[in-house]
Amino acid sequence: MAAGVAAWLPFARAAAIGWMPVANLPMPVAPTEKSKRQDELIILNVSGRRFQTWRNTLDRYPDTLLGSSEKEFFYNEETKEYFFDRDPDVFRSVLNFYRTGKLHYPRYECISSYDEELAFFGIVPEIIGDCCYEEYKDRKRENDAKLPNMTFRETMWRAFENPHTSTMALVFYYVTGFFIAVSVITNVVETVPCGSAPNQKEVPCGERYTVAFFCMDTACVMIFTVEYLMRLFAAPSRYRFMRSVMSIIDVVAILPYYIGLVMTDNEDVSGAFVTLRVFRVFRIFKFSRHSQGLRILGYTLKSCASELGFLLFSLTMAIIIFATVMFYAEKGSSSSKFTSIPASFWYTIVTMTTLGYGDMVPKTIAGKIFGSICSLSGVLVIALPVPVIVSNFSRIYHQNQRADKRRAQKVQKARLARIRISKTGSSSAFLHSKRNGLFNEALELTSSTEEEQRLTKSTSLLESQHHHLLHCLEKTTNHEFVDEQYYQQSYLEAGLQNYPSRSPSLSSQDGVTGTCCTRRSKKHHTPLPNASAPAHMQPLTHTHTHQQGLQELSTIHIQPLSTSRSSLNMRVDEPAPLNCQSSQITTAIISIPTPPVTTPEGDAHLPAGPTHQNVVKVSAL
Amino acid sequence: MDGKRVETISARVDAAVSSPDSVEDELELSAVRHRPEGLEQLEAQTRFSRKELQILYRGFKNECPSGVVNEETFKDIYSQFFPQGDASTYAHFLFNAFDTDHNGSVSFEDFVMGLSILLRGTVQEKLNWAFNLYDINKDGYITKEEMLDIMKAIYDMMGKCTYPVLKEETPRQHVEVFFQKMDKNKDGVVTIDEFIDCCQNDENIMRSMHLFENVL
Repeated sequence: MAAGVAAWLPFARAAAIGWMPVANLPMPVAPTEKSKRQDELIILNVSGRRFQTWRNTLDRYPDTLLGSSEKEFFYNEETKEYFFDRDPDVFRSVLNFYRTGKLHYPRYECISSYDEELAFFGIVPEIIGDCCYEEYKDRKRENDAKLPNMTFRETMWRAFENPHTSTMALVFYYVTGFFIAVSVITNVVETVPCGSAPNQKEVPCGERYTVAFFCMDTACVMIFTVEYLMRLFAAPSRYRFMRSVMSIIDVVAILPYYIGLVMTDNEDVSGAFVTLRVFRVFRIFKFSRHSQGLRILGYTLKSCASELGFLLFSLTMAIIIFATVMFYAEKGSSSSKFTSIPASFWYTIVTMTTLGYGDMVPKTIAGKIFGSICSLSGVLVIALPVPVIVSNFSRIYHQNQRADKRRAQKVQKARLARIRISKTGSSSAFLHSKRNGLFNEALELTSSTEEEQRLTKSTSLLESQHHHLLHCLEKTTNHEFVDEQYYQQSYLEAGLQNYPSRSPSLSSQDGVTGTCCTRRSKKHHTPLPNASAPAHMQPLTHTHTHQQGLQELSTIHIQPLSTSRSSLNMRVDEPAPLNCQSSQITTAIISIPTPPVTTPEGDAHLPAGPTHQNVVKVSAL
Repeated sequence: MDGKRVETISARVDAAVSSPDSVEDELELSAVRHRPEGLEQLEAQTRFSRKELQILYRGFKNECPSGVVNEETFKDIYSQFFPQGDASTYAHFLFNAFDTDHNGSVSFEDFVMGLSILLRGTVQEKLNWAFNLYDINKDGYITKEEMLDIMKAIYDMMGKCTYPVLKEETPRQHVEVFFQKMDKNKDGVVTIDEFIDCCQNDENIMRSMHLFENVL
């Protein structure tokens, strides 16, 4: 039970009077306060600084050091105070937690010392309030990241993969980005015609300022090489790194330069050398490390390979068809540009993509007709697969965004789950004490008050009052709180109960069983009895006719007490014995004579009929 | 209500600093704070002792520093006691029962008056209070619909995981039982007299009325 609401417990209990006229059962006895203590101030001496608070304030959280009897170990008899040899500054936050119910993380505190203090006082850090939780988590993460056992290689790899981890990584990231841009721009500017001397023809800048461009290129390539080598060194799996797309792009980007260095003086292959320069444009793909959108685009294209393939295939088909048709249509006309089918390919492509350069134009009427059909169909053929690719791209892009968001939410959820566990801790504490309580009641009849006190000492007064309140609610509604497990079991059985009600015709056909089932259902709220505690007595379960509808309800994982029960419970020739067997929950058998229930049972159904009469089975299907 | 003071704290941007034609208006912060009547008056009006009032007020003020509880806070606080179920509907009815002047908020006086009846009142007063709780529209009659709402709210607090499993018609059945017991002239509504009569004749209810007397 949380914070300061402990102060409202008297109110909640008083308001419970509103249930009383509605309840049909007598209410349980309220827990008595054994000693009506006046609320007293207690002094907490933390390394010399004295804090004072009410005892009740500390009692709000009985599972921490200060709220439980553990603090008695620190009690100083002479000075009548509790002495803790801990940090008084952090203790301030700890005590404020008791007072306000919210735990705050002071920013100036060292995260590990704060954690230690919390651990000492038995407080779980997850309950830090929303206001301070982000800060706490960030600091914790930073602290954990400073693991001394990360090798230099691992640190470097992490810096490469995630530039935001350290300043050096960020600098490196931006420097490489800058040089990629410089290199690409250099390649472009190289070919622009610079102003020339008036008597010479226009030369591109590359040839005019050869040295400058060469130096620029060398610098860029050196940076790229160093980067590549460093990544290669830091990669956890070098083989896998070398096979990855990015590293291939890196290699392709710098290779032309080296090949050029090697081949400078060989005139024959200078043509090839010029071609190699084309590969320098691949440097632009290095930007995909810097841009997530580019990566997603690449990934989309990869994932849409089938659609792209389809597009290509259908286009090829159409091109071939229309090229052939156009060729034969234009064959007749003179000075036709459609000299061969491959030559017509160019026309078809230009027309289908609605470019229409106009360098090849049909002149015959048939040619024009087929040409128009070609251009119309081109629009369709191209328009079809494109939306698929677009939607794929958008899906993957949004998926990526959502993945990021989900990662942030997961952290939040884990924290909420922890808080919820502590909440269910309180409700499970109630169930736990209920089971103890039954035991207690049995004891109360026989034992003395000391034993009783011993048993109830474990729960604090606040808790016992809260439990009493919940107990009153149970009595009012005539239902009990159970935990998830029992609820699942009984829910499944409740599902089984529907079958009896839905197949009255079935049971009435059997005549005899119909009456016994209906009679039983009139008797109790829950026609199909379940058992969860030993103290309950339930009548028999007539499962025979209901088996037919219940086969699909498969195993409920409950331990069968004994096999004899299963035979008691069903017909020998029933098609679904396994269900029954596996789904027995039995906790006790209490034998009492129950004449009216068993008599209509009669003849054909259960082989062990007579034994029923004095056995009341606590069992479910 | 006597003694209730709603204070507005306004802070103005310094008029001297701002130019005469500034569009910047005065910054007005208003905080509604409620200070209860003095301890003596409350002592006179309720049946609590001075110390008890002190303890009550400290707890109240801790949760609601502004001095009043609004319905949301009330629902939150009440839900903390019933982690397994949904206590918000019942908390809503409770809130209306405590908010006697129906101004949307429960001040300390309302709170302590209600508690005084519940903890220190006579049986008649307690039953009266309960009747008032059930009578949602405060017309002096409890109809089956009102009772059904209340019953559903109570069953909601149990939550899902109960034994036996809660079914749709359980609250309705409970209402039937209640009306069978309470509605003497079978006219479909329960009046205050029928209610009090019937409760006074029921031993269980009488006993349970004294259950929480030592709460504070």
